[in-house]
Amino acid sequence: MAGAYATFNHITDYMGFEGLLSDEEKMVREAARDFVNKEVLPIIEKHAQDQTFPAHLIKKMGELSFYGPSLPEEYGCAGLSNVAYGLLMYELERGDSGLRSFCSVQGSLVMWPIYAYGSEEQKRYWLPKLAAGEVVGCFGLTEPDFGSNPGGMLTKAVKEPGGKWRINGTKMWITNGTVADVAIVWAQTEDGIRGFLVEKGTPGFSAPETHGKWSLRASVTSELVLEDVIVDEAKSLLPNVKGLKGPLGCLTQARYGIAWGALGAADASYQCALDYALNRIQFDKPIAAYQLQQEKLAWMVTELTKGQLLVLQLGRLKDAKKFTPAQVSMAKMNNVNVALEICRKARTILGANGILDEYPVMRHMANLESVYTYEGTHDMHTLIIGQEVTGLPAYR
Amino acid sequence: MKILVALKQVPDTETKVKVAADGRSLDPTDVKWITSPYDEYALEEAIRLKESAQAEVTVVTLGDDKGKDVLRNALALGADNAILLKGDGQGDAFAVASALAAFAKDKGFDLILAGNKGMGGDNSAVGPMLAELLGWAQANVVVKLELSGATFRAEREIEGGSEAVEGSLPAVITAQKGLNEPRYASLKGIMAAKKKTIEEADATGLPAASAWSALTLPPARPEGRKLEGDAASQAKSLFGLLRDEAKVL
Ligand SMILES: Cc1cc2nc3c(=O)[nH]c(=O)nc-3n(C[C@H](O)[C@H](O)[C@H](O)COP(=O)(O)OP(=O)(O)OC[C@H]3O[C@@H](n4cnc5c(N)ncnc54)[C@H](O)[C@@H]3O)c2cc1C
Repeated sequence: MAGAYATFNHITDYMGFEGLLSDEEKMVREAARDFVNKEVLPIIEKHAQDQTFPAHLIKKMGELSFYGPSLPEEYGCAGLSNVAYGLLMYELERGDSGLRSFCSVQGSLVMWPIYAYGSEEQKRYWLPKLAAGEVVGCFGLTEPDFGSNPGGMLTKAVKEPGGKWRINGTKMWITNGTVADVAIVWAQTEDGIRGFLVEKGTPGFSAPETHGKWSLRASVTSELVLEDVIVDEAKSLLPNVKGLKGPLGCLTQARYGIAWGALGAADASYQCALDYALNRIQFDKPIAAYQLQQEKLAWMVTELTKGQLLVLQLGRLKDAKKFTPAQVSMAKMNNVNVALEICRKARTILGANGILDEYPVMRHMANLESVYTYEGTHDMHTLIIGQEVTGLPAYR
Repeated sequence: MKILVALKQVPDTETKVKVAADGRSLDPTDVKWITSPYDEYALEEAIRLKESAQAEVTVVTLGDDKGKDVLRNALALGADNAILLKGDGQGDAFAVASALAAFAKDKGFDLILAGNKGMGGDNSAVGPMLAELLGWAQANVVVKLELSGATFRAEREIEGGSEAVEGSLPAVITAQKGLNEPRYASLKGIMAAKKKTIEEADATGLPAASAWSALTLPPARPEGRKLEGDAASQAKSLFGLLRDEAKVL
């Protein structure tokens, strides 16, 4: 019985957060919430236990325009505000971080770079299909020896005669890799780092799945292996960006969504813990009546509330095109960190039940361990903020 | 073809209902309002007819400003036009039916779809009254609807079986669970709804024929009881309780 405690109808709203949303933003949240309650919560524990992604939802989410929804309508997208997009991520991750990761990758790490760096033909060809969920994409930046420091990547693309490129290298920890129809592969060239669209089935390209994860178990993670892969320049090379700022620009988009999403997982765990604490009787009283448990609940709801207001302000800045990547770093760093801590505290409130899949808490907690690390580790974002305020980079 | 869908805004089933101080109305604080689920089937059927038969779908609700939420939601799902009839949408069924009839009359609708009842109130009265006031054919509690030309064929659930009703348009059809599976609002639909406007008009029609005189909540459920003693004596007292108190044995 998955998530008996997870179908709460209301977002946790301590500080009048909902009152700050437009009608359309509220509707987006409700639509996503409805979808998650009916389509995700009943099945997600089993998928996490079985280590499978709920692939039957890919098309459905496309029909609801969940992929790249803030990109323009002319490419088959919904043209949402950034705040509405954030609310979508919040609700999806209230379901599962794996589901939100799928959408983050498809929208922010695949559709966004095609939109921002691609040729008009590439945009017209790929964006409508990706928006509809007819094809799946993945984003290959991280390598076995280059994680936090992707600028050192070894994957190499060399220009060949006849408008072709030859790519060699290995990517690791790539979400959706095995199921993707197209990979965005970042590689060193004579001109610095460039992005390439590599289609599934291209000779020399394979994407074996990574097994044995205790986190993001309802999400596919893979290696990308490129051995003398030959691609066509016009089809494959993203023409409009050179250098590390290409992939970093995508990550800024995705991190923005993650800062919202992590709170969804935290909200689910907080509500579950609150409900549990009110109903669990020990020593003749609900455990919610004891100061130690109240301290946890008070901390959880306070951090959740602060996190909501932080991302809302960031979203408003982003809608006004006035945000900086360092601001996104703060939101990602803070919100994922507090979300993970909220889930851990929730786990303790549930006692032994906290480790069971009858409650969503431990799944969310384990998921957030990945979220804490991917898209720039907590530490790296701390150092980015440190650099922002001191002017001194401490990570190299 | 022109279709009108009548939508009612009702308290969410998850709302903990409280009686207001007057003892005969609902305390609106903390109530979350939603579209009555039976009306969602009606709306879905209308949108499917829009897709299969190019129908134009108008949605109407009787209520106050917050009624715009159900209209906006209907626009996001694919309705073409939306009208807020300003008046009391929560009270007497006859007054509601007469306001809807006054609005719908002479507008050239071929079909009015509504839920077979408003969730919570459960009167099942507005649809049939509306048909009578308009002098139209009707079929209620419908689980399957087919239109051809100026006629309809509706299947309805009856005790122990189903019944098919045929009639001519214009008609009022009230929807039952099973008629269809309502879709989710897509984000594109929500954005498209932003560009549509909600018209407003004051409700006209006949005055209420009845009013709520009292509203009471069911008595609180007694607390669970714990049986004491060893297994044998627990079984004995359980047997006694089932026989003498619950009277199920
Ligand atoms: C489930 C999952 C999915 C992922 N999906 C993708 C994907 O789709 N595409 C993709 O490209 N990547 C993906 N990643 C990879 C992810 O982005 C990297 O794991 C992340 O960037 C960290 O790299 P690393 O694991 O190599 O850790 P490392 O960089 O080796 O870091 C290890 C530790 O050292 C710390 N550290 C590193 N450098 C410094 C420094 N200068 N100063 C202080 N501390 C430092 C880090 O904070 C961390 O604590 C995914 C990862 C996971 C777990």
